[in-house]
Amino acid sequence: MDFSLSEEQELLQDTVRSYTANECPPPRVREVFDGESGHDADLWKGLVEMGLAGLAVPEAHGGAGLGLLDSALVCEVLGAGAVPAPFLGHTLAVLALRLGGSAPQQERWLPALASGDRLGTVALGEAGGAWAPEEWTLSLQGERADGAKTRVPAGPEAGLVVVGGAGGALGLVDASAGGLRWSAEDSLDRGRRLYALELEEVPIETLAPGTGARVRDAALVLLAADAFGAGTRLVRMAVDYAQARQQFGQPIAAFQAVKHQLANMALDIDPTRGLFWYAAHAFDHLPEESARAAALAKAHITDRAMQVARDAIEIHGGIGMTWECDAQIWFKRALFDRQWAGTPDTHRARLADLGGW
Amino acid sequence: MDLEFGASYQRLREEVREFCAAHWPPRGEEAELPPRDQAIRFRQRAIEAGILFRTVPREYGGAGGETDVLSETVIRQELDAARTPHRSSVQGTHMLVPTLLECGTEEQKQSYIAKTLTGELRWCQGYSEPGAGSDLASLQSRAELDGEHWVLNGQKIWTSQATEADMMFGLFRTEPEAQKHAGISYLLVPMDTPGIDARILKMINGGQDFCEVFFDDARVPAANIVGRRGEGWKVSRSTLKHERLLIGDASGARRSFDGLLDLARRAQRGGQPAIRDAGVRQRLAEIEGYVASQEYAVARMLTAIHKNEDMKVMNEMLMAKLLSTNTGQLVARLAMELLGDEGLTMPTAEDAAMGIPSEYTDSYWVSHSMMTLGTAIAGGASNIQRNIIGERLLGLPRDPRKG
Ligand SMILES: Cc1cc2nc3c(=O)[nH]c(=O)nc-3n(C[C@H](O)[C@H](O)[C@H](O)COP(=O)(O)OP(=O)(O)OC[C@H]3O[C@@H](n4cnc5c(N)ncnc54)[C@H](O)[C@@H]3O)c2cc1C
Repeated sequence: MDFSLSEEQELLQDTVRSYTANECPPPRVREVFDGESGHDADLWKGLVEMGLAGLAVPEAHGGAGLGLLDSALVCEVLGAGAVPAPFLGHTLAVLALRLGGSAPQQERWLPALASGDRLGTVALGEAGGAWAPEEWTLSLQGERADGAKTRVPAGPEAGLVVVGGAGGALGLVDASAGGLRWSAEDSLDRGRRLYALELEEVPIETLAPGTGARVRDAALVLLAADAFGAGTRLVRMAVDYAQARQQFGQPIAAFQAVKHQLANMALDIDPTRGLFWYAAHAFDHLPEESARAAALAKAHITDRAMQVARDAIEIHGGIGMTWECDAQIWFKRALFDRQWAGTPDTHRARLADLGGW
Repeated sequence: MDLEFGASYQRLREEVREFCAAHWPPRGEEAELPPRDQAIRFRQRAIEAGILFRTVPREYGGAGGETDVLSETVIRQELDAARTPHRSSVQGTHMLVPTLLECGTEEQKQSYIAKTLTGELRWCQGYSEPGAGSDLASLQSRAELDGEHWVLNGQKIWTSQATEADMMFGLFRTEPEAQKHAGISYLLVPMDTPGIDARILKMINGGQDFCEVFFDDARVPAANIVGRRGEGWKVSRSTLKHERLLIGDASGARRSFDGLLDLARRAQRGGQPAIRDAGVRQRLAEIEGYVASQEYAVARMLTAIHKNEDMKVMNEMLMAKLLSTNTGQLVARLAMELLGDEGLTMPTAEDAAMGIPSEYTDSYWVSHSMMTLGTAIAGGASNIQRNIIGERLLGLPRDPRKG
């Protein structure tokens, strides 16, 4: 039995961590966060050059052929840095093709996704919080699709959109074909902007049935990993602030009440890492457990991370309530991870069903 | 990442399973013996077969072999699954024996270890006093050397199972002039020594495990000191080195969660099993998040310790106690709600005893709701755990020390 990361996986995390720490330190995160598009093309280019765009693409199609755990480990690092990069949607698009694409579809799209020539994204959610594949209504019957999706990452930057349709099916849309209308939502997490998408007579190809639920499960794992990273960083930020801030003639960290608050925050988030490790491992190796493990990881970790985020703001006092304080950026990172693809309670209801309760 | 135990562990698992099937429950004449004697025999055989106490040398009554943390986990899982009485009092096997192995004289090892492993010799831990709890080193019970004897005076309290125990290992102040921690010695005290009076303190759940112990000029042989005079504090800490092998009891959290699921199936809400209720399902699912976190944290610790990479899992090690305390409290709270009116009845004496239940009865859950508070207090209270996490893990300032 070996419940640990391999040396390669630790190296992957170290590499991404030091690259993003150099290229996208907090001041740069803030610039992009407050910028026009929320997208940093140079940063993404750098990440693509490191091989992140093709991490999950099979080697035969020009990628690294790694598992979901490896992608999740990257998400953890990106979450910790609140890195404004379109890795989540892109990786999910890759997985959709890998799991449900025909040989010609894979041949056509995967090399372009691996090389970063095309940015991929997924359009899963529909109005009214319809995230579950069973709830999707967009019709994928004909050769062309009409309908609307919401909360789509990357939006007009994307070159390939994987669209969720009725019956939990997935379809492929070449964004350059025209007929896609993007409108920017006023996104809370401004480092990962969301768009509403309207499709009008857009040519669409379907992927193998059942892929929608698998891609949703992968999304839950990646969000959980991202939230774990964000939560861990928020604890660190709160600890650093508490040691620097003086009141009553001493650092506030020297008050036991504050020390215990910080200890509880660490206890909230730190022990949860195994949930996303296990869920990611199960996704590739334990198919019967995969859906439930993903739901558990998403529900538990994103809830814990959100609690840590709230506590971190409290530790900061008044400054924590400002736009100027970096904590707000990570707070919103954690909030995105919690809300996107369904809130914890919806996934708890699912995991109760899946457990046969 | 590889979640299979691998062939050699699988073989070990099968060996232990076969051993259990052959020896438990006892048959023939042995089935007529009192439960305690049955348990002692079982443990004797398990030691002979090299299953229990594998690293304790043969000359002291152990199996005299090697082990590793994964083997210990596999063995424990199988011994638990077959419901064997492999655990004798943890005070003896998990606290005293490692201490003697580390710091005891040859004679002490010869006299005590073998019988402690089988459970023939039962121990209690005499550390806490009315005035010395979290601040244990402020303890005041005295031992004065008078010729060939230590003369003990003072009082211990919260001493679990003191009335059943044959012996106590305890901390006593022997060097009143020395600085706080340096004035303490670790002594072995026969409980039938004249001048010792152990009394039961009825517990919150009606249980009879808690005691207080009074010493009034009780005379104990001078040789009954472990380590040197004034080194008792250090000796009492030496146990910690052996705790690495004991990691791996998240199985308790899972068993208790499974018990909670059964309770939710049995309890009724609005004319149907409570487990069908959406609110109950939410809360169960939320608790499962904590239970699973704990299991994976343990799996990660096992892996790291097995590879001698303990430093990688300092977080998990320092958080383990508070995490399991908190999970236990969540389970207890929901269990009491599911019990409803049954929660208004006293637990039976059997369910009020400390230890792992054979069955998760309603009465057990009532007792459990109170006993889970004990984990928040005993062995380093939760606030002390928060201090440890804050200071050692997060690098926050230490509390100011007074006295
Ligand atoms: C079920 C059970 C079994 C036990 N068995 C044994 C046994 O066999 N042998 C034995 O010797 N002892 C035993 N104990 C005693 C146990 O070790 C003590 O209860 C424990 O050390 C706490 O000491 P106390 O009870 O004096 O509480 P106190 O130390 O007075 O603590 C009371 C409260 O104050 C808080 N507190 C204390 N210090 C601090 C601080 N520095 N910062 C913040 N908060 C603080 C604690 O968190 C706690 O909530 C047992 C206790 C229990 C509950």
